Amino acid sequence: MKYLDEYKDGAISKGISKKIKEISKKKIKIMEVCGTHTVAIFKNGIKDLIPENIELLSGPGCPVCVTHMGDIDKIIWLADREDVIIATYGDMIRVPGSKSSLQQKRANGADIRTVYSVAESLKIARENPNKEVVFFGIGFETTSPNAAVAVKMAYEETTVKNFSILSVHKLLPPALGALLNDPELNVDGFLCPGHASAIIGTEVYKGACEKYRRSFVVAGFEGLDILHSIYMIVKQLEDDNPSVEIQYSRVVKPQGNIRAKEVLNEVFEPTDSKWRGIGLLPQSGLAVRDKYAEFDALRKFDFPEMESEEPKGCICPDILRGIKRPTECKLFRNVCNPDNPVGACMVSFEGTCSAYFKYT
Amino acid sequence: MCLGIPGKIIGVSKNVATVQFGAVQRDVFLDIVDVPVDVNDYVLVHAGFAISKIDEEEARKTYELLEEFLSYEVS
Repeated sequence: MKYLDEYKDGAISKGISKKIKEISKKKIKIMEVCGTHTVAIFKNGIKDLIPENIELLSGPGCPVCVTHMGDIDKIIWLADREDVIIATYGDMIRVPGSKSSLQQKRANGADIRTVYSVAESLKIARENPNKEVVFFGIGFETTSPNAAVAVKMAYEETTVKNFSILSVHKLLPPALGALLNDPELNVDGFLCPGHASAIIGTEVYKGACEKYRRSFVVAGFEGLDILHSIYMIVKQLEDDNPSVEIQYSRVVKPQGNIRAKEVLNEVFEPTDSKWRGIGLLPQSGLAVRDKYAEFDALRKFDFPEMESEEPKGCICPDILRGIKRPTECKLFRNVCNPDNPVGACMVSFEGTCSAYFKYT
Repeated sequence: MCLGIPGKIIGVSKNVATVQFGAVQRDVFLDIVDVPVDVNDYVLVHAGFAISKIDEEEARKTYELLEEFLSYEVS
């Protein structure tokens, strides 16, 4: 198909860069909410293509990074059981819990499998009928519909009784609300996550835009997409007309993905959820509905009360809120680095600390 | 984490499509894509599931908008 690889044209990017510099007068802050955008911004050298009066901040959009320590401790506790196989997306393996990590547990003999898709964990369950297979369900609205489909598949198959999901999925809109209400953070415009928006649509941004008068542009992931989206935000703000626009229209529709939203709503219901960095947000997580209770790890296993602590000196919580930069952390680079991550923002390759380590 | 990879459908069997990504082929679930898709369509794939059909017309329009910036580069 044409128009898949063309979004990398250097001459066009210079043109957009020039135009942004020409129209941009105000000092503004733009937050990219999504970790995939954070990496794309560094990879494409976007910060060198925009004037100094535009500041780019990273937000809480890396699911690995916002997963609460208490939830990581839960999955690590499960890994100790001999009858359990843990299935998880790759990055999560390395995230340190209060006392250990899945990686350390695996080195000590626990059966922990990295999967590319939740469907693989269902397959592992079919192949290991004598084990309990627990999928660690992390991620935003981009990822959670897949988990919902897998739970439905297991339910409809009726023979898979040994599959469950520890759902720590997060919802994007409550996090956005928390950022907008945070007096310490003053963001003028948001680069909205392209793929989460492909599911949730743009209605949610409209309410926030009217209430808070900020700019919201749903951005694609190529260098040109991001520059173009920054241009759109700058133009809106310079014209004093903050609004909601979709730059990534080849993938995102205003109504979102209705089928995905339906399956999500059928299997999960909103629940209060703790976020690293942000704390407890009402109705910001997803719990398995009663109909599918047999696939809910929280109900299947008797988790003990656990006390979880954040690592000393780690400022991940402030980095996730866009208040501090990784370079302001005493642990950054020497103590905390991708080989020996202390905090979650260094573990995930989409974490802000990891991106700063690699590209600055 | 929210990485999405565009690929071309080269075969469909019930709710699973075979999708070509460059030199690699993979099975992809079609359970949540909300418009009908078929062979030769492009879909955006996230963690083994197609989450969106790529709209060729919109892709062209966006690219045309981008091309307008070329004039700033030469001017």
